[in-house]
Amino acid sequence: MKKTKTTVAFTGTDEQRKKLEAIITEFKDAPGAIMPILQKAQDVYGYLPIEVQQIISDGTGISMSEIYGIVSFYSQFILQPKGEIAVSVCMGTACYVKGAGDILDRISAIIGVKAGETSDDGKYSLDATRCIGACGLAPVFLVNEDVHGRIEKAEDVDDILKKYMDTKV
Amino acid sequence: MDKIKIKINNHEYEAAKNATILEACREAAIDIPTLCYMSEINAIGSCRICMVEVKGARTLIAACVHPISEGMEIFTNTPAVHESRKANLELLLSDHKKDCLSCIRNQTCELQKMSAELGVDDENRFAGKMNEFPLEDNHSSIVRDNNKCIRCRRCVAACSELQDISAIGANNRGFDTSIGCAFDAELKDVPCISCGQCIVACPVGALFEKDDTKAVWQALADPSKHVAVCAAPSIRVTLGECFGGEPGEFVEGKLAAALKRLGFDGVYDMDFTADLTVMEEANELIERIKGGGKLPLITSCSPGWVKYCEHYFPEFIENLSSCKSPQQMFGAIYKTHFAKKLGLDPKDIFFVSVIPCTAKKFEATRPGQSAAGEGIRDVDAAITTRELARMISKAGISFNKLPDEKFDSLIETGTGAGVIFGTSGGVMEAALRTAAETIIGKPLEKIDFDEIRGLEGIKKATYKLGDLTVNVAVASGTASAKKLLNSIKNGEIDVHFVEIMACPGGCVNGGGQPFQSISVRNSVNLWYKRANSLYADDKGKELRKSHESPLIKAVYDEFLGKPGSETAHQVLHTHHAPRGKQIIKR
Repeated sequence: MKKTKTTVAFTGTDEQRKKLEAIITEFKDAPGAIMPILQKAQDVYGYLPIEVQQIISDGTGISMSEIYGIVSFYSQFILQPKGEIAVSVCMGTACYVKGAGDILDRISAIIGVKAGETSDDGKYSLDATRCIGACGLAPVFLVNEDVHGRIEKAEDVDDILKKYMDTKV
Repeated sequence: MDKIKIKINNHEYEAAKNATILEACREAAIDIPTLCYMSEINAIGSCRICMVEVKGARTLIAACVHPISEGMEIFTNTPAVHESRKANLELLLSDHKKDCLSCIRNQTCELQKMSAELGVDDENRFAGKMNEFPLEDNHSSIVRDNNKCIRCRRCVAACSELQDISAIGANNRGFDTSIGCAFDAELKDVPCISCGQCIVACPVGALFEKDDTKAVWQALADPSKHVAVCAAPSIRVTLGECFGGEPGEFVEGKLAAALKRLGFDGVYDMDFTADLTVMEEANELIERIKGGGKLPLITSCSPGWVKYCEHYFPEFIENLSSCKSPQQMFGAIYKTHFAKKLGLDPKDIFFVSVIPCTAKKFEATRPGQSAAGEGIRDVDAAITTRELARMISKAGISFNKLPDEKFDSLIETGTGAGVIFGTSGGVMEAALRTAAETIIGKPLEKIDFDEIRGLEGIKKATYKLGDLTVNVAVASGTASAKKLLNSIKNGEIDVHFVEIMACPGGCVNGGGQPFQSISVRNSVNLWYKRANSLYADDKGKELRKSHESPLIKAVYDEFLGKPGSETAHQVLHTHHAPRGKQIIKR
């Protein structure tokens, strides 16, 4: 699948930049350094927008085309940040047969974001994930680190989401 | 070298121990078809055309990447091998836009040729979903049609391994893989130097030069235009290849004859302005050495190199010679001095250059290249060897039957020095011949500067010119240029004069030169054949030094005064400016 491109504005801080530069200094002379640098850069920023890849290119001397080739190849790297409220709906077999598709549609309608995307203001993101291994709780969805299982009908997500939308935003 | 015993198709051979199956087979005169493989720079086993059977192996094996081992039994011609190669070709064809009739590579396409040779009988055997890419045609020199791309990555290897630029790479994965710039940016927005090495590496019609022949045809058909053309030094040793000739065949006479039959009002030899470049550049060198100017002086006749310098080594911009390239000098002096002599208004002149180079298309559009006045470009159209060949074919001119004719006499007297501009080391040698005699004040005993000839990426030498010691260095291919510039920057070498060409081997290997299939490129040293042909022409010429050319003398007497004069600066020199290393924007 083609990578979803970055749509939100870059808000990197000086602190993040210093962290990234320290990472580059630590790894850049090791063979195959680009993978750990990219992984750690994603830990720092949450994603790998053009601005971050540019810092890595300048710091390592590796061309932008090579870096982007790697980032766009591996599914572990993302160009689009997750939202402050990051929702993932499990699409594993058990969840799917118990109505995960309806849950996904419902959440998408509430937060106004399609699966695989992040809202332009960076508040919400929605993902349809593979099995997260909680089949006993099917159907399951996650909001950030919180697991919400045994959703009986799609409408039940309204109250759950409302709590996050009221408190965190 | 250690040898080991192997069997190929039941015959015993000895082969170098560290060879791949492909290398061992080719050494034994058994060819294996390949698409993605380029010797030394691209052995990645991606096209799966070179599959062979190996006794004991579970599956077929990609010959280009698999090393041989003692006693290995290889089979290159079994039904399984044939079926596998054919099926892999059909899979490549399943996501290839097959508009062969209108394709620019029709009859020079390696995929087309291989499909015929390997017996593809149904190009739609694996019909299914196909990728759809927009045509990228807003770069000054290079057009990309990824609908034809077979993802062999030869262009990527040319850009990253040969040139060490990496403007392009492979994006995404699997079926979605496409070749392009980071973030799928357009080529015009990244630091591509327009050298066109990607184009000559491409086996199919996914990459080609921006076609400027239409404007030339229109000008030729317009009776109000005076249409003049000049051909660069290297064209005479490459154009023949487009008509079935051997690499390096010397076709100067037929080139002039063909241009005349196309209907140009003036058909000239760019050797003249190569000589003019030498006059100006040799003068610049002497002035800088004697006057304490910025050294080393670096040649600026390769526009790909100039763009490379502006992007990647802006600290060397002051070192660049301010001379325009021979192409631009010709247009400039033609639309000023010669326009006056011929009684023409420069606005009515359409000036065409035939060049080995895609970057020259970009150069023609640079600012500071309009000697005859604002809005009057020195060069109106720059067409590559390949574009000229297409024009000759379209006009129904039987190139091989043409008699040998001469360029028009206005500037017929190009010297050997001008001719060797077409190869790496040639500009330097030509300039040294003139600089040396200017300094010494008498003819040189030996005018062949052998030390700076040859295909090495970097060549160095020291010459004593009178009481001046001049250290020189020559680099071709931007990967070599990068190494040389870094060693100058780090103070590892001390040089006065540097020649750099963007393409490995210089203009004879330019990005606008004839396509040669990978089987030829992997086995024939194209540079050697083409360059030797230029050196032979130089050797046989009566005039071998730029300053001896009667025309050069006349042009200085009548118009320019002396090298480096104010008029010379107005007409023949230009300026360069930094461009930034990364210009990708979100």
